[in-house]
Amino acid sequence: MENIIFERIKKDIETNDVVLFMKGTAAFPQCGFSAAVVQVLSQLGVPFKDINVLEDAAIRQGIKDFTQWPTIPQLYVKGEFVGGCDIVREMFVAGELQELLKEKGVSFKNAA
Amino acid sequence: MAMTGQEIIDLIRAGIPDADVRIEDLRGDGDHYAAHIVSPSFKGLSRVQQHQLVYAALKGKMGMELHALSIHTAAAK
Repeated sequence: MENIIFERIKKDIETNDVVLFMKGTAAFPQCGFSAAVVQVLSQLGVPFKDINVLEDAAIRQGIKDFTQWPTIPQLYVKGEFVGGCDIVREMFVAGELQELLKEKGVSFKNAA
Repeated sequence: MAMTGQEIIDLIRAGIPDADVRIEDLRGDGDHYAAHIVSPSFKGLSRVQQHQLVYAALKGKMGMELHALSIHTAAAK
């Protein structure tokens, strides 16, 4: 069962530059931590695919097994796990998230 | 049942003995904490790896009894 879920996750993170596994949707986040990451991405003006784990229990657990990371949200850039809310915010403040996006060739509107 | 700040400190220090741990009770409700952890063991590790060390020390409680624990790590002060 697990590899079907992992295959689905891999497909999502390989076919979209930036993917956010979150609680709720970009338009309607349903958790403060997920909302915080959505805000960072919106501030940077980087397009991303939001995946609402609340709508899919298998993904909600599968994503935690996939990265050995016990919480949601989880941000991926070019197939690579970047981190959860704390790390994304720290990287954003330190300018490291912007560096990572540039390095990976992911365009974003505002350098912020 | 939510955990106390001291329980979190004890768990982290048991898992990362050389860690200096400071807990902030963000809302005074015993369920929203921030942990500031400084440890030489983090040296050379990525942010994700540092946090995974902390999650390992918390022995699966993260996301269970520990719903909202914000983690901030550093290799040295």
